[in-house]
Amino acid sequence: MNSIDSTPAKQGLASIEGSERTLYPYVTGTSVIGIKYKDGILIAADMGGSYGSTLRYKSVERIKPIGKHSLLGASGEISDFQEILKYLDELIVYDNMWDDGNSLGPKEVHNYLTRVMYNRRNKFNPLWNSLVLGGVKKGQKYLGMVSMIGVHFEDNHIATGFGNHLARPILREEWHENISFEDGVKLLEKCMRVLLYRDRSAINKLQIAKITESGVFVSQPYALKTFWGYSAFENPTKGAEGSW
Amino acid sequence: MSSIGTGYDLSVTTFSPDGRVFQIEYAAKAVDNGGTVIGIKCKDGIVMGVEKLIQSKMMLPGSNRRIHSVHRHSGMAVAGLAADGRQIVARAKSEATNYESVYGEQIPVKELSERVASYVHLCTLYWWLRPFGCGVILGGYDRDGPQLYMVEPSGVSYRYFGTAIGKGRQAAKTEIEKLKLSEMTCRQGVIEVAKIIYGVHDEAKDKAFELEMSWVCDESNRQHQKVPEDLLEAAKAAAKAALEEMDAD
Repeated sequence: MNSIDSTPAKQGLASIEGSERTLYPYVTGTSVIGIKYKDGILIAADMGGSYGSTLRYKSVERIKPIGKHSLLGASGEISDFQEILKYLDELIVYDNMWDDGNSLGPKEVHNYLTRVMYNRRNKFNPLWNSLVLGGVKKGQKYLGMVSMIGVHFEDNHIATGFGNHLARPILREEWHENISFEDGVKLLEKCMRVLLYRDRSAINKLQIAKITESGVFVSQPYALKTFWGYSAFENPTKGAEGSW
Repeated sequence: MSSIGTGYDLSVTTFSPDGRVFQIEYAAKAVDNGGTVIGIKCKDGIVMGVEKLIQSKMMLPGSNRRIHSVHRHSGMAVAGLAADGRQIVARAKSEATNYESVYGEQIPVKELSERVASYVHLCTLYWWLRPFGCGVILGGYDRDGPQLYMVEPSGVSYRYFGTAIGKGRQAAKTEIEKLKLSEMTCRQGVIEVAKIIYGVHDEAKDKAFELEMSWVCDESNRQHQKVPEDLLEAAKAAAKAALEEMDAD
């Protein structure tokens, strides 16, 4: 795919005209969490796009279906995610045009994404994303992750960013094989609630997507119930230095 | 209308004294010797059908596809030299994805046919290239509705309600003209195309053939795809029945 990287090969880290590689992300999405459940995969992500510390965009869809068998969730630079979706769309269109009864499954898409991310990293021009790829094909469930440096693995539950620190411990304790759909959603909501309380780039508007053998379903955006009535939050400045 | 172009037919960059380019006409003859390909525009979409002449009984049914999807919303049926056709299809696919990548929407069928036509025409301009030995029927559904185009080896491209290329094209065109296409749905169109192809197939000269059909219509969600199995079988059965009726007379 020669459309992936158009910067000429001889561009090193910097040239006379200036550097043309990604230095830092601008509009970013925060954690994505994914789990395997009885019938397939569940992925949850909020709909926030932060511009530094500003919670600027509040309707960013960070989970998208890929082909018939996969779901892709991304955290990190939103524009890079949009680029990745464009490449995957072309990949799926070409795959459909073979019309041979076969179609790219989650394992194949995961491997393709790994190659893309790793090769970009080697050119010091990464796509600044952590990707969660889940899907079901011929009854086989698959859930994997690719980071911006090309680290990839698959597991029963995946999280990116802050989710790794706040959600994974919960998932390690409470996830079990063949968890039901309702329990899976409750578990994801529990993790998303913790992230909402503790991750400053999280917003209270999330989507949960599920993929099974029969197809993809992405929920409408909704909000979690939160509780702020703790006694410690009353008179927060009481006893603090310089307060009255 | 065939004439010997002795001396003026050696290169595609030579005109004859009466203003013809013989190499292009010879390329068209290659198309005329291939299996019949039909395309019709019904009120809700396009139907294309190919009379795939089977060279050998050892070939797997369903192999050697003659109708290809060019993008989600359009497809191409090829008549003539199959390998040349593959080149044209590959180029069309590339043009379609390039357009979408630049303009963010699916390539309009008119634009696609113009690009394919100019590519085919390109190969009639240089002596180190030979013209494509295949004609292409291109059917697609964009926001201006369903459209049918045909590209010939000379590089001309016209828009049609119904058209045919290949061996049985004269008979096929006569049959198509009898149809009331503007009142027909694609479901009915599939049956009609099958009848025509079975009708123009010459049992004496060619042995077996396989019918390959595709459509792009409201029913297929404006996606180009093979006609569903059950409808294809129904169309084949109707076509065979119509043939027997004709034979019985």
